[in-house]
Amino acid sequence: MSAPLIEVRDVGRQFRVRSGLFGQPKRVVAVDGVSLSLKPGEVLGVVGESGCGKSTLAKVILGLLEPTAGEVLIDGKRLAGLDRRERAKLIQPVFQDPFSSLNPRRRVRDIVGMPLEAQGEATAGEVRKRVEAMLERVGLDPSMGERLPAQLSGGQRQRVAIARALVMRPRIVVCDEPTSALDVSVQAQVLNLLAELRREFGLSYLFISHNLAVVEHVATEVAVMYLGRIVEQNDAETLFRDPRHPYTKALLASVLTPEPKLGIPETGLGDTMPDPTNVPPGCRFHPRCPVAIERCGLEAPATQRKAPALVECHLATIT
Amino acid sequence: MSALLEVSGLEISFGTLSAVRGASIEVRRGETHCLVGESGCGKSVTALAVMGLLPNNGLRHAAALRFDGQDILGLDEKGMSRLRGDRMAMIFQEPMTSLNPAYTVGSQMAEVMVRHRGVSKRAALDRAAELLARVRITSPEMRLGQYPHQLSGGLRQRVMIAMALMCEPELLIADEPTTALDVTVQAQILRLLADLQKDLGLAILLITHDLGVVARTAHRVSVMYAGEVVESSPVEQLFERPMHPYTRGLLSCVPVPGKIRRDQPLGSIPGMVPHVTSGFEGCAFRQRCALVRPDCAGPIARRKPEVDHDYLCQIAPEDMATS
Amino acid sequence: MRSWRAWGLWLGAFIVGFTLLVAIFAPMVATQDPFAQDLSRRLVPPSWMEGGRPQHFLGTDGLGRDYFARLVYGARISMLIGIATVVTSGIIGIAFGVIGGYFGGRIDDVVLFTITARLSIPLILVALAVVSLVGSSLTVVVATLGLLLWDRFAVVARVATMQVRTLDYVAAAWSAGCSQPYIVLREILPNILSPLAVVATLEMALAILLEAALSFLGLGVPPPLPSWGLMIAEAKDYMFFNPWVIMVPGMSLFVLVFGINLLGDGLRDLLKTGRVA
Ligand SMILES: Nc1ncnc2c1ncn2[C@@H]1O[C@H](COP(=O)(O)OP(=O)(O)OP(=O)(O)O)[C@@H](O)[C@H]1O
Ligand SMILES: Nc1ncnc2c1ncn2[C@@H]1O[C@H](COP(=O)(O)OP(=O)(O)OP(=O)(O)O)[C@@H](O)[C@H]1O
Ligand code: SF4
Ligand SMILES: [Mg+2]
Ligand SMILES: [Mg+2]
Repeated sequence: MSAPLIEVRDVGRQFRVRSGLFGQPKRVVAVDGVSLSLKPGEVLGVVGESGCGKSTLAKVILGLLEPTAGEVLIDGKRLAGLDRRERAKLIQPVFQDPFSSLNPRRRVRDIVGMPLEAQGEATAGEVRKRVEAMLERVGLDPSMGERLPAQLSGGQRQRVAIARALVMRPRIVVCDEPTSALDVSVQAQVLNLLAELRREFGLSYLFISHNLAVVEHVATEVAVMYLGRIVEQNDAETLFRDPRHPYTKALLASVLTPEPKLGIPETGLGDTMPDPTNVPPGCRFHPRCPVAIERCGLEAPATQRKAPALVECHLATIT
Repeated sequence: MSALLEVSGLEISFGTLSAVRGASIEVRRGETHCLVGESGCGKSVTALAVMGLLPNNGLRHAAALRFDGQDILGLDEKGMSRLRGDRMAMIFQEPMTSLNPAYTVGSQMAEVMVRHRGVSKRAALDRAAELLARVRITSPEMRLGQYPHQLSGGLRQRVMIAMALMCEPELLIADEPTTALDVTVQAQILRLLADLQKDLGLAILLITHDLGVVARTAHRVSVMYAGEVVESSPVEQLFERPMHPYTRGLLSCVPVPGKIRRDQPLGSIPGMVPHVTSGFEGCAFRQRCALVRPDCAGPIARRKPEVDHDYLCQIAPEDMATS
Repeated sequence: MRSWRAWGLWLGAFIVGFTLLVAIFAPMVATQDPFAQDLSRRLVPPSWMEGGRPQHFLGTDGLGRDYFARLVYGARISMLIGIATVVTSGIIGIAFGVIGGYFGGRIDDVVLFTITARLSIPLILVALAVVSLVGSSLTVVVATLGLLLWDRFAVVARVATMQVRTLDYVAAAWSAGCSQPYIVLREILPNILSPLAVVATLEMALAILLEAALSFLGLGVPPPLPSWGLMIAEAKDYMFFNPWVIMVPGMSLFVLVFGINLLGDGLRDLLKTGRVA
């Protein structure tokens, strides 16, 4: 078994927010005690509700945010101790929003060439050649290099973002909802492209998405997050076939398949939304859990682990 | 019943680019009309044109543009801004650019109502808190005091919806309102919109690329391609008997949960939406279409296989069914 | 509505551009020497008025100097002060604001404190004190105004930087291994220039007015330099019987400041509505 590329050890991240001028500062628990690892060649999907801390986790793994607890190892080395150039060669992001992920004032050519420029090793001619090759590889005409982001469609911008992430041949790509802003035919193209590039360059992905169908399509392993914690994890096939945690079950039930007449599903999760400023005691899912028992409100469930499976629920067991 | 919003023969151009070419759409009270299509097909600019919010370089023409029977084509900026945010409201595709990062959520929400209804700031803030609770945001009072960048994508989207509802509009134009959300919240928000629609008789023009959302929410669907409405029909007919080759292509791209083959690439429509300039002839889909024929480069007929169902293609319904 | 605003922008740009051209090509526009006195021809009225002389288009001042030449060379001083002050204060303010907005935390606290401290300094009093201590000269006026007028630059640059800093392309640049100075200079700065351009016009108008005020009080540029403020000060003794001596520099000052403000408003509207994708 090869050593993990990403190892996240008990990572936590909190924010302080103040409401109003004299309001009490509150603590937002965005990520709380998360441990996970990404092995070479794997695609680890992370799913979970809005605000459950997926992007925060991604940012901590990218080094964009300091964790308030725990540590992150990239390729066996502590992330905090990595030189910026070394780090860039290992791990690159693709963000969700194709509008804000490209600098509106720079040409596509400069955006894609930026990581090479930052390494400061290649000559201008080499940079140009590699940028053009990369643009072609992601399905963009090299003449697009002269354009500004505003002159591209959403799908094209996302291809530019992918080109920027891959131009230096990193080993890990953190995709934070890379296709959420795209429509289906483009999403299919981008997902197929990401799958091809993964094979071609031997990449590993941390793939965050709220679209369960997409995660089911790309991921080899899936982690389900709720209020900052991973509540269930398993290899993708088992997780989708046989979900154990009630939250995972509810998630799968609320997927909208393209079948009219079925109407909008009732999630069974009630109206209370998870509030990261006020994490409930016991099992953090219990206020919304359709099958909660008394014990759930009193005692936090232990983490049951049997690789690759993990579940945190009083009523679930790993078989 | 007459339509609340009636768009007919809408044309939008940016310089030589024809972004929308003769699109006609009707939205009735209490009805959800979905607009689907690939990136760059002209969905957003259609919505912006209806709101009178096209960027400066965009040119708008239409045979008719009526809101509640009133012609809004000739309305000046002042008249439009009186309608906007009041009787017709829009949820924009890019929440970050339509929420001002320098002001709190509360003051931005209150401003809409203070401007249109002349209520006090206090009353407007109360209403804002009530609406935030209604779109299921926890501790609404705290959220009122936060800045947009402190909210996650899903929260921002819900703030946008709440803000659009401040003045109880009759028409809500929602441009990809659930795109950034995960499934449970999406289901809840779509339910919420459906409830609001029932309570208030709201007419909704919903722009989305998610065919799951279309299937579950729409009463009527218009499929847009390269600035044209290439197919329009009630929702069941569209999913059961799609006619246009583009509609059929779109339906094949969706990964359907439970029927996933991970080792195979997804079905996808080859190529990209072409940039159509003025004076374009024939079907804009012909470079990507598997059924293309020589006469696809000529004028295309609009066909009507069923009442209420029409599509824009050279191939007649009876030939389409067999191919 | 939209056309009126565009019209304001163009008028403003025209006034400012015209004044700038006049200032640059002053020796060619004004053929007379602005310093040459001729006490035998004091207070000659403009050429179209009774008693005017064709060689003095706008007449002469109380010392018999050609008024048109003084006005034209005065434009030089106003524009010089305006631009030099904006450049100095812009560099100081933008540096402060960007550093505070980008790094946040303790550093931002220091920046905020400095801005607050600066805001609590009464502008005119300090300017007066400095000038009376060091003596008045063009350099002193520019240096004083430049060191005082940076606060609005800092405030706007700080807020704009805080907004841009959270955007994904900055995160992407950081992940790409770019250095902090590179990120600030190439990714952030170009994207906050638009609001700063508006501030620049405001500050320029303010600097020109402050110079005029200081000169009027005898603490700005020293005579015999032809500053508009100084011209107004010198004219006040004659304004009862020769109102044009005060009208000419006064109107010029008004039109220029008005033009700069129109330009600034126009820019602001352009940036607000022209949301190009
Ligand atoms: N800079 C910040 N300051 C304060 N709170 C923050 C900040 N960034 C994130 N949060 C909070 O942390 C929590 C987790 O946010 P995060 O963006 O990681 O969620 P997410 O799972 O990515 O959600 P989404 O699916 O909507 O993108 C949220 O409650 C959010 O409000
Ligand atoms: N301000 C503009 N200047 C020039 N062209 C524009 C402008 N805004 C939009 N366009 C063009 O008009 C066409 C339609 O754009 P629109 O934003 O309506 O697409 P859309 O269907 O909403 O796509 P998406 O799903 O990506 O939001 C595109 O080709 C786009 O490039
Ligand atoms: S008109 Fe021709 S090219 Fe266009 S969709 Fe129909 S068959 Fe295809
Ligand atoms: Mg996120
Ligand atoms: Mg759009």
